[in-house]
Amino acid sequence: MAVTNKANYAKFRQSFLCLLICSLFSLSLQAAVLEEDRADVLYHSYDGGGMKIDGPAILLRKKASESIAVSAYYYVDTISSASVDVMSTASPYSEERQEGQLGIEYLHDKTIMALSVRQSDEDDYLAKSVNFNVSHDTFGDLTNLSLGFAFSDNEVRRNGDDLFEEQNQQYRLRAGISQILTKNLSIALNVESVADEGYLNNPYRTVRYIDSSVPSGVGYQSEIYPNTRNSFSTKLSASYYLPYRAALFLHYRHFSDSWQIDASDIELSYRHPFGKTVELELKVRYYQQTQASFYSDLFSHQNAQNFLARDKELSDFDDLTLGLGVTYLIPKQFSISDWRSEASLQWDYITFNYNNFRDPTAEGALGEEPLYGFSAHVIRAFFSVYF
Amino acid sequence: MLVNYFTRALFVTFSISLLALTGCAQPIEPWVKPYERQNLADPIMRTNRHPIANMHVAHVYEARESARGAEGTGGGGCGCN
Repeated sequence: MAVTNKANYAKFRQSFLCLLICSLFSLSLQAAVLEEDRADVLYHSYDGGGMKIDGPAILLRKKASESIAVSAYYYVDTISSASVDVMSTASPYSEERQEGQLGIEYLHDKTIMALSVRQSDEDDYLAKSVNFNVSHDTFGDLTNLSLGFAFSDNEVRRNGDDLFEEQNQQYRLRAGISQILTKNLSIALNVESVADEGYLNNPYRTVRYIDSSVPSGVGYQSEIYPNTRNSFSTKLSASYYLPYRAALFLHYRHFSDSWQIDASDIELSYRHPFGKTVELELKVRYYQQTQASFYSDLFSHQNAQNFLARDKELSDFDDLTLGLGVTYLIPKQFSISDWRSEASLQWDYITFNYNNFRDPTAEGALGEEPLYGFSAHVIRAFFSVYF
Repeated sequence: MLVNYFTRALFVTFSISLLALTGCAQPIEPWVKPYERQNLADPIMRTNRHPIANMHVAHVYEARESARGAEGTGGGGCGCN
């Protein structure tokens, strides 16, 4: 009898402990929580197509209380450009862009509200924006709903021309739903509408046209863009936990806008931990877009149409990214004040193939030059501390 | 055109909200219990595991591709020309 009681007691204790652990775990999952305090320091580099851009970035997040968190972000781009657009009609240049962002998050029950302000400043462009997001956990925390709005007021200038000053504004409205489907699979649907109005040109870029009155046979005139642009994006994402502790992510996005550009991208990434200290991440992404309705590589004559563009970003093209990332989770004995810390290195190799943008610096008859294409190396090295 | 795009966005937002509300009103129980979510709670499953890197990735693409929006990084535009 005593043995049975002892066995029952052991069983009861085991069940109680199991229930307690489950309850604690469910509490931590049920209640929405603010993300943990962290600091990230990053060095980034982009090298491709005659452009070299690099610089540092810092991101800080700190909880002021259980319901309020603040964040700060600072980012610098040091740009040295001799891209094909620049080399065909202008001289190489260098400049610096600085971006700063301050944010605050407020948690109330299962709702998180986030407000941030941002400023991006370079010699010829000043962007100021405000961003507001609300997200809410519902349906036993299997579902998360989010809504967001952003407004940006931008000032466009042209170096070497003190009289040039234009404005544009951008409005963003976004919504999202993420849903846990099984104990290993969650999906998310995000949509975003973006509306721009004002001066949307790049003030330096020109289009080329056939001009038989000059010996070269080609003339140049400034681009003319419409003063409005509206776009709509839909992104579907899935995250899947593999049985041997690895993660698979799939993203598909479709985009269309009022300039008749249709684009889509698909990305597959895989994250695999090795032991307790190393995580490996592999990524492949494919993007393709159609051209803007007013784009042409070579116009038939001057002022050929009311809107004119020869930006390669508005042409018909595709690109492919292959990415590799490694994160080293630094053992506690080597960490500062026992804070958990990580060192990461990510490398992306991107190849761009343009289908109707020709390289005017290459040999070939006018309008029959080889199609342009280039590849870029993108590196991010960063250190993260959780405190 | 501007009105059309915002109408579309509002319609999708409304549909999502309606789905969520009807989801709450129906007697459908959440089918994945909290204690069954340890795999999804694993840090390797976090899409925003490296936020500072994700912000840079979004910036690299937005400056070179026409598509923008719905990245999930809460961005507010390229801020460059």
